[in-house]
Amino acid sequence: MKNGNLYNYILGIADNSLILGQRMGELCGHGPSLETDIACTNISLDLFGQVRSYFQYASKIAGDGRTEDDIAMLRKERDYKNVLLVEQPNTDFAYTLGRQFLFDVYHLAFLKELQKSTDLTLSAIANKCVKEVSYHERFSSDWVKRLGDGTDESKEKMQTAINDLWTYTDELFHQTEADKTMVAEGIGVDVTKLKDSYYREVSQILEEATLQVPESKYFQKGGKQGIHTEHLGYILAELQYMQRAYPNMEW
Amino acid sequence: MISTEQNIDKRLIAILEQVSDPEIPVLSIMDMGVVRSAVIEDDIVNVEITPTYSGCPAMDVIGDDIKKALKDAGYQSNIDLILHPAWTTDWITPRGRKALEDYGIAAPLDAEADKDVLLNGKRIVKCTNCGSQNTRLVSQFGSTACKAQFQCDDCQEPFDYFKCLK
Repeated sequence: MKNGNLYNYILGIADNSLILGQRMGELCGHGPSLETDIACTNISLDLFGQVRSYFQYASKIAGDGRTEDDIAMLRKERDYKNVLLVEQPNTDFAYTLGRQFLFDVYHLAFLKELQKSTDLTLSAIANKCVKEVSYHERFSSDWVKRLGDGTDESKEKMQTAINDLWTYTDELFHQTEADKTMVAEGIGVDVTKLKDSYYREVSQILEEATLQVPESKYFQKGGKQGIHTEHLGYILAELQYMQRAYPNMEW
Repeated sequence: MISTEQNIDKRLIAILEQVSDPEIPVLSIMDMGVVRSAVIEDDIVNVEITPTYSGCPAMDVIGDDIKKALKDAGYQSNIDLILHPAWTTDWITPRGRKALEDYGIAAPLDAEADKDVLLNGKRIVKCTNCGSQNTRLVSQFGSTACKAQFQCDDCQEPFDYFKCLK
């Protein structure tokens, strides 16, 4: 494919939002309270909306009749390039919000850089998304503080979630081949440059939340290469069911 | 150069004003500021609309409703969704803000005040029922992506606040 690097680059960005959106959508009707339920599903809706913009653009670049729905729902597991962090399960509310928080801080910094992309469609999408994601980041960091600085039990749960999810944070800053090419062309964001300020900001919020900043230096990786944790298959089974069972169905 | 100005053919204004946001029926899409351009070329109307929020499910319906309204007026049309410049709540007209308030949705404050309300719990959003500013944020996310939930501590009315998006 001509523009194959750009296509893969867009999918790398969009898949994070797609899989995280699917995870947050699981809380529809199952949130711990009505307000948080609505908040999580609103975040999910924002993420899916962003994904649509990216996939519509990717479909145009592919130029072979692949639609946004095909790209979203008809790939195999190995072809999804999301980071491992976003596919981690909704173990409890602390995990759900911890995962959201660790992703949001990255996502917001990433989008702010993507606004400067020389690719006008990507910078327009980033301009749109950055406004929505600043609300997400406020929401999730607010909850991390509230639970961290809450009761003994909420603090313990929040700390456990952060400790467990920490191992997936380093991958956010790994560069793929498509990344390197796109950075060189002024289209992509150099994620390696976001790393220091990310850990600074995350640490500051964890401290405000009276939580310990994990010291572990052991990190998991693989999502960006399509090597996923055991959770992704189940997510895709649900995500793809309708299109696989009833090909080409529409609302 | 991408313009933030609207470019709408005068002949089309009355037609487009009949189309409303399906989730906020009192608000016409013109007062909402989502129509960025509407021009007649060779008897076909080309309309550009911009989404309020990326995932707003109302956009597809709005596109269909515009097509239908134009068809009823005798025009064929193409609808394009554009992302740039991104929509901002500043584009809601004064008439639109009043329609929101009358409908029970508090209109967006400016960006600074919005931050004070949503982050620092400042009580300045006016209750749409009794006008009191003794109101508190219940949740940053409301019944649709564009709104937050509030409650008035004087008359106890729960209501939506249209979040500032800039």
